[in-house]
Amino acid sequence: MKSKGSKRSKPLRSMWPLSVVDYTLTNALGLGRAATQEGFLNHRSGLKPCDFEGVNFVTTIGRVDGIEQHALPEAFKAYDGRNNRLAHLALLQDGFMSRVAALRQSLGAHRIGVILGTSTSGILESERAYTQRDPISGALPADFHYRETQNTFATADFIRRILQLEGPALTVSTACSSSAKVFVNAARWLEANLCDAVVVAGVDSLCLTTLFGFHSLDLLSEEPSRPCAIDRAGISIGEAAGFAVVTPFNPKVGRLTVLGAGESSDAHHMSSPHPEGLGAAMAMTGCLKTAKVDPKEVDFILLHGTATRTNDPAEDRAICQVLGEGNHAASIKGHIGHTLGAAGIMNALTACIALEGGFTPGTLHTETIDPSIRSQVALKPNIHEPLRTILSNAFGFGGSNACLLMGLHHDS
Amino acid sequence: MTADIHIIGIGLRGPGLLNWPTAREILLHGGFESLRETPPGVARLLPPTERRRATTVTRLALDVAEEALGHYDPSKVSSLFTSSGGEVGIVHEIFNTLSGPDRRLSPTAFHNSVHNAAAGYWSIASGCRMPTDSLCAYDDSFGSGLLEGLLRLQEPQDRILLVAYDVPAPYPISAHRSMTSAFAVSLLLSKDPKDQAMASINWRYLPNSAPALPLKDPALEALRSTNPAARALPLLEVIAKKQAHTVVVGVGMQGSLSLEVRPCY
Repeated sequence: MKSKGSKRSKPLRSMWPLSVVDYTLTNALGLGRAATQEGFLNHRSGLKPCDFEGVNFVTTIGRVDGIEQHALPEAFKAYDGRNNRLAHLALLQDGFMSRVAALRQSLGAHRIGVILGTSTSGILESERAYTQRDPISGALPADFHYRETQNTFATADFIRRILQLEGPALTVSTACSSSAKVFVNAARWLEANLCDAVVVAGVDSLCLTTLFGFHSLDLLSEEPSRPCAIDRAGISIGEAAGFAVVTPFNPKVGRLTVLGAGESSDAHHMSSPHPEGLGAAMAMTGCLKTAKVDPKEVDFILLHGTATRTNDPAEDRAICQVLGEGNHAASIKGHIGHTLGAAGIMNALTACIALEGGFTPGTLHTETIDPSIRSQVALKPNIHEPLRTILSNAFGFGGSNACLLMGLHHDS
Repeated sequence: MTADIHIIGIGLRGPGLLNWPTAREILLHGGFESLRETPPGVARLLPPTERRRATTVTRLALDVAEEALGHYDPSKVSSLFTSSGGEVGIVHEIFNTLSGPDRRLSPTAFHNSVHNAAAGYWSIASGCRMPTDSLCAYDDSFGSGLLEGLLRLQEPQDRILLVAYDVPAPYPISAHRSMTSAFAVSLLLSKDPKDQAMASINWRYLPNSAPALPLKDPALEALRSTNPAARALPLLEVIAKKQAHTVVVGVGMQGSLSLEVRPCY
């Protein structure tokens, strides 16, 4: 073996906090950070009536424009598909790729890892391939590439290759908590000195499996989703890709931090949250504990806030248990939809935008808040000073919960 | 050596391999028959309604988890699931439905199709509310899962249940992902030197991939090379033979994990 192995016996640093040295995100509000920030400030929604090919019911989706026209570089033809195109389109924003290239030059390609959270991976390509099966043999078309599109690892592999990184790569797939959990996996890799930086990502794209699947559960809203509203009627599915570079905490490289994280399992039901938000509360408590932050020091909460009948009150009960009543909170699902496997990192990166911009987003489409909800759900965007910590929730099927505390470091 | 990680339980299912003791005998004395069936999953710990809903893949994963746990309280051990293909059978059924005239899906099929279905059902079966994970690293899913498990053992009393599983995909996916048979393995890992261990391991992450030494039995080697969960076989062989040996498994389709295994008696 040419390279030396990394020592692991003594922890070199504590797991938290991490520094977020760079990030970019793309969703229904548009490409890159500025589009999302503008969408929050102007209280604009990216949701539109569903025009996704093959859908025969009424719903609203958060579609990213330009994926159909976007071409991957020639060398990546086998990876061509909606999820990888979305990943690539997002990577091209905000100079993210070139800054990862600079980091690669300084740290070495094998010292930068990749951890992706996704639930859909590239299954849309398989859905399409199944409609083109050979009428006699049943075979899929010759240009079907299982490893590069459908397999759950496909987009992690794509990201590592296109960024020319040689550190470890991994996909975390725990449904809608996936891309919140990636920050915890990254923290462990950094603590164990497997790498010096990790590109964490969340990429999930529209496909018929999730649209028809959530429809079968009667969880899709016909109108744009109204999180925490008395008349909320379900989710609007969105697609999104978000990327961040995280390193061990170093105030010299930037002010944004992940102060801590918590994870738990509901052990209750495959597709419904625990009604009292028991697992969610455990994740939030664990998060504050690892961050060594008092509940009173949480300035704002970015809710998982899917706008289903069951999620929003259960999440609120969990928040009230851990942080008390009346905390300021919002859900961005009315802006970009529920981006499933990308939802965790969308909330985390929204927290970054909010912390840097000194404002908090509102909760779109909601007019009357469910009176059983005891948190103070912001309907409009607000200037919020000082803003130092934002709690960011993500919960998924299988009762998988994750909570991150994002922070803005102040020299003192 | 307190820094060592101990393997204190093993669960296993594979072709003709009913459990870890039968697999250990075959790894020691040969006689592996690759054409035999992998025992169907039972998922005894699941409540009956959930057991009926769970897929064969999930039940297989739950059975090896239960076997590896032995007498330990399932609600007090955190877990980690890893698979390349995950719920390939149900995913195939969904693709079939979506390409047909009536695209309506069954809600159970949909929630069973997520990669973390086994992890979710396990938390219901075990009542464990501790964090779990559901990972994928293509052919290196076992090694990547094992690495995460080793990293998650932080405190001296920590234990973690690693479950790796993969089953052959139905046709036509099978034409693009060939796998001879289903295989699932679970390792109960501990940092506590007081736990009775089958083997202890000292590990190192290496940034380069290192070719694994093929198994001598060609049928076992075919299983190892086609089923990502069966990448555990060289490690299991060393444990079965009570050898002191270094085993290498791939991690993340790029690096590798070098495992210095010492037998415990």
